[in-house]
Amino acid sequence: MTDLGPLIPRNREMHPEPYWPDYKTSVARSPNQPLLSLESGPSEETGPTFGHSRFGALDNNLILNWTKGAAPAVGERILMHGRVLDENNRAVPNTLVEIWQANAGGRYRHKKDTYLAPLDPNFGGCGRTLTDENGYYQFLTIRPGAYPWPNRGNDWRPMHIHISVFGHSFGQRLITQMYFEGDPLIPLCPIAATIRNRSQLDRLVAPLDMAHSRRLDFLAYKFDIVLRGRRQTMFENKLEGM
Amino acid sequence: MVQPLDHQPETPSQTAGPYVHIGLMPTYAGNAGYYDQEIGVSPISDGAQGEVIEIVGSVYDGTGWALRDALIESWQADSAGKFPGQDGADPAVSGHCRFAADAVTGEFTLRTVKPGRVPSRYGRAFAPHISLWVVARGINIGLQTRIYFEDEDNEGDPLLSRIEQRPRVDTLIARKIGDGKYRFDIRLQGEGETVFLDI
Ligand SMILES: [Fe+2]
Repeated sequence: MTDLGPLIPRNREMHPEPYWPDYKTSVARSPNQPLLSLESGPSEETGPTFGHSRFGALDNNLILNWTKGAAPAVGERILMHGRVLDENNRAVPNTLVEIWQANAGGRYRHKKDTYLAPLDPNFGGCGRTLTDENGYYQFLTIRPGAYPWPNRGNDWRPMHIHISVFGHSFGQRLITQMYFEGDPLIPLCPIAATIRNRSQLDRLVAPLDMAHSRRLDFLAYKFDIVLRGRRQTMFENKLEGM
Repeated sequence: MVQPLDHQPETPSQTAGPYVHIGLMPTYAGNAGYYDQEIGVSPISDGAQGEVIEIVGSVYDGTGWALRDALIESWQADSAGKFPGQDGADPAVSGHCRFAADAVTGEFTLRTVKPGRVPSRYGRAFAPHISLWVVARGINIGLQTRIYFEDEDNEGDPLLSRIEQRPRVDTLIARKIGDGKYRFDIRLQGEGETVFLDI
């Protein structure tokens, strides 16, 4: 199926509130004025592509990629896997998925992270891959630790992995976070709470997936990602002079 | 009851957080060498057709403070108005760039070629522009906007002409500050707030 029509407009009810006082940084970083809503055009319906040649063999293996395979990271070994689909339930093949995360103690390898949990000398904390022809992706990594952050008196982030996805057009660009089934910190987190639609928040919680875990090696968590789709009919009008 | 629609909603966004750079710009985050080739290092390579330009600016919050942690992606056509992947597009234009506010000054720099006019579905072309997507801690869903240029003919642009309050059009127009140099500031909130797009 070719991508012909405009992108389906974003339903912002399905997304977080931009202004959310319990997440203090959002207060001065959220627009006051309404967004200008327009039908997508070529700038939104096209997007960058990334050839396989730029990727290294360990790019989607966070247990080994920081040490280039020399030594494994500390932590609970997990497979994070799933499919990238669009709103029309079609697979999004060959698209870039990037992730970043804290180590097993909840510390990021970032110059600005000064949390007292130690860095793991064998863990960098980022990975990337392209989806296959069925939109499927996978990462081998460790389960990140929860960590405290300066917000209200004593806020902690639930265990989470940050995810960036491109799709096939710049208007599909999305960054989100994956949470873990059963984490008691999720209902306490003001960032998770920015998503007011409860069933939408549930879609960010990855279930334990024993069928894809490997005995004596790793557990698996499944995380599907849905990007904006495109309207496709045989009745696209070419309106002149609009 | 009615038949269910064969449709599922988009996955909700979450903030990119303060450490977005380790995932998307490892060298900036202090982790140089993580990947052999990083994504979005430059939107152009040697031999790109057209005028090479440099755009500098800052991203300001509602208090007037320049964000030190903003990350921006840009996407644009080549100097003839063709997007990468389209027939006849300039092979030296990848069109995509990632750049970050400087951790000390908050200023970003985008070096690229000036894009050409882009046709719209409805006949009237878009004036030359670069699409931006801004993420940072405290931004819960990425903010879309565009850079237009003050030394181009922006009359009749299908997007700019939809902005009701005409003074706000200026928030999308880069000011020329020198030969091939422009300034484009982004104001997230309040006075002079940038027009952000739902597109
Ligand atoms: Fe995080």
